[in-house]
Amino acid sequence: MNAAVNAAANARNNEPLLSVKNLEVTFKNGNTSFTAVRDVSFDIMEGESFALVGESGSGKTTIGRTIIRINPASKGEIYFKGKRISGIIDKETDSWVIRNIQMIFQDPMASLNERATIDYIVSEGLYNFNLFSSEEERREKAFRALRDVGLLEEHAERYPHEFSGGQRQRICIARVLVMEPNFIIADEPISALDVSIRAQVLNLLKDLKKERGLSYLFIAHDLTVVRYFADRIAVIHQGELKELARTEELFSRPLHPYTRSLLSAVPLPDPDLEKNKKLLVYDPATMHDYSKGLPSWREIFPGHFVLANDKEAEEYQEMYR
Amino acid sequence: MDTPNIILSAKDLVVKFRVRNKELTAIRHISLDLFEGETLAIVGESGSGKTVLTKTFTGMLESNGRIDNGSIIFEGQELTKLKTDKQWETIRGAKISTVFQDPMTSLNPLKRIGIQITEVIEKHQKLPSAEAKKIALNLMERVGIKNAEQRFTDYPFQYSGGMRQRIVIAIALACKPRILICDEPTTALDVTIQAQILDLIRNLQREYGFTTIYITHDLGVVANVADRVAVMYAGQIVEYGTVREIFYDPKHPYTWALISSLPTLAEKDKPLYAIPGTPPTLFSDIKGDAFAPRNRYALKIDFEEEPPFYQVSPTHFAKTWLLDPRAPQAEPPDAVKIMRERGRKNTKQTSEAQQ
Repeated sequence: MNAAVNAAANARNNEPLLSVKNLEVTFKNGNTSFTAVRDVSFDIMEGESFALVGESGSGKTTIGRTIIRINPASKGEIYFKGKRISGIIDKETDSWVIRNIQMIFQDPMASLNERATIDYIVSEGLYNFNLFSSEEERREKAFRALRDVGLLEEHAERYPHEFSGGQRQRICIARVLVMEPNFIIADEPISALDVSIRAQVLNLLKDLKKERGLSYLFIAHDLTVVRYFADRIAVIHQGELKELARTEELFSRPLHPYTRSLLSAVPLPDPDLEKNKKLLVYDPATMHDYSKGLPSWREIFPGHFVLANDKEAEEYQEMYR
Repeated sequence: MDTPNIILSAKDLVVKFRVRNKELTAIRHISLDLFEGETLAIVGESGSGKTVLTKTFTGMLESNGRIDNGSIIFEGQELTKLKTDKQWETIRGAKISTVFQDPMTSLNPLKRIGIQITEVIEKHQKLPSAEAKKIALNLMERVGIKNAEQRFTDYPFQYSGGMRQRIVIAIALACKPRILICDEPTTALDVTIQAQILDLIRNLQREYGFTTIYITHDLGVVANVADRVAVMYAGQIVEYGTVREIFYDPKHPYTWALISSLPTLAEKDKPLYAIPGTPPTLFSDIKGDAFAPRNRYALKIDFEEEPPFYQVSPTHFAKTWLLDPRAPQAEPPDAVKIMRERGRKNTKQTSEAQQ
C-alpha cells in the first residue's frame, strides 16, 4: 500500500478538508438562464487527490471556479476546514480562502502576465497579503518557490516569453506554492503541454503532495492521467455527478453507462487492444427509463456511489456478481 | 506479401525558414515513401517538423519557408517544381487534402455550411451549382450529419465542435482526394467525439480508398489508426516501422523515452519517466545525434557523428548508433519491456488461434 492511500484512509475518520453540499450554479443572461451544475455533493479529505472528470461543458471547471469564489453558488454550500466559504462571507474569511486555496490553470501561455518579471509574478500574492517583513524575506520566499519547482534563482529576472510551455507551467505552480496553500485546484494542468513535458509536471505535483501533504482537486478529461494521479474520481456529465469511487474501483467496476462509454473511448497506446476495441456510446434518452422512479445518489459498493433509480441500482449490484 | 504501390515519395528533403534574418532548418534530410491505401502516423513533439513536412506535399509552406533540397514525387509528378498557387491548384485540395486541428478556424464563420462545401466542388470539378449541391448533401450524410437538407443552410456556429470537424472532413473529401492529411484532427475534441471521428475517417477510407497521413502527438490515437508509424525528432525521422514494430519492439532511445513517459504504463507509486532538457535549437547546425544531450543511452559517438539508418526488419528502420554491431548492449526501460512482453503474448495467441 502506498503512502497516499494510507493518508487518505487515516483522514477518513476526520473532518473532510473541503465539503461541497448540494451545489448548484446558474448563469443568467437577461431573461435566459443556464444551470451549469446541479445538486453536486462531494468531500475531499486531507492529503487526498480528488479528480473531477468530464467532457467540455460538463461543469467541471465551473465547480472549481465556484470553490475559489470566481463564480457564485446559486444554491448549496461549500465548507473548507469546517467553515462555510460560499455565499456572503466576511472579508477576513475571503482572504483566508484565497491564501489557502490556490488554482493552477490549463494554459500556461495565457495565464502569466507577459509584461511582468518572474520575480513579480511569483511574489504577487505576497505583495497582496503583506506576507513578508523585509525585501530580503520576500526574495527568499520567491526563490524558494522557484527552486521547489526546479527553476533557478537567475530565472527570476526574466520574462514569461523566455520560457517553454513546461517551464511556464512550473512558474504557475511556483506562484501557487509561495502562498503555502493546503489545497490546490488544478484545472487541466497538463493538457496544453507536450507529451515529454507532461511527465515532468505530473511528477512535480505528485512530489509536492507527498512532501507537504497537499490536497488536490484535479480537473481533467483524460482518464489515463487521472488513473495515475488521483485517489478518488468523480465522473460528471451535464452538470450532474454520475459516479464516484476510488480510482482502481472505478476502473475495475465501472457502473454508470456514461462512465463506461468514457472508458471505452480513451485511446490506449497499445495497437492490439485498440484494433479490437468496442466503442460504447452513451445515449441518455434510451439508456435510462426514469418514468418509474427518479434517480438518486446511492452507494452500490462500499465507497462506490452512482446516480441510479431502484431498478438500476439492482442491476448495478448484479453486474459484477 | 506483394510490394505495395508507392503513391508519394520524398527524397532527401531539406526545408529552411528565414526568421529574423537567421536561417532555421526545420526538415533535415528526410526520405519517406507513402504506400497506396495505408495509414501512416507521424509522431513527434511540437517543433519536430511534422506539420512542416506534410505542408510541403500541398505547397502550403509559409512565405518565409522554402524547400532547399530534395524531391517529392507524387503520381510521377515532381511537386518541388510547382511554385505558384495556380500550378498547385490541381494538387492541393483536389488530389491531396488536409484536415486541420481546429474546426472553428478552418471554416469561414460568415458563410453557410452548404456553400463552403459546394464552392470546393464547383471550383475543382467545374460542375453547375445544382449538381454540386447534390454531391454536397450526399457528402454531409456520409460524414454523419442528420437532416443534411435542413442543416445545409446553417452557419458554423450552429454546429458543435464534432459536427464542424465532420464538415471539414466532408470538404476535404469533396474532390475525392488520393491522399488525406489529418493534422491533429481530434486534439480539440472530447474523447467520446474523438473516437467517433477516428472511426468515421477509417470507414470513409475503406469506402473511398484514399491514403491517410495522421499527424499527432497522442500515442493512443496512433495505436488506434495507424498501419505504419514514423517518429520525428528535431526535423528528422528517427525511427519508422509498422505500428506493432514501433509499439512492441521500438529501437530508438527517443521512442523508448516517449513510451516510458506515458502514464498508462506507469506504476502509481513510482515517478513517471520524464525526458530531461528541451529539443535543440534548429537555428544552428547539429553535430552528431540531435537527441544525444537528452539521451541517457548516448554513446560517445552520438556527440560526434550522425547515425545512419539501421535495418531491423524489412519494414522497420531506426537511426541510432545502438544498433551498430560495435555498440554495447543497451537495456531498454521497463515500460518498453512491458510492451515487448505484451506484443509477444499477443503474437503467440493469434498464431495459436490460427492453428
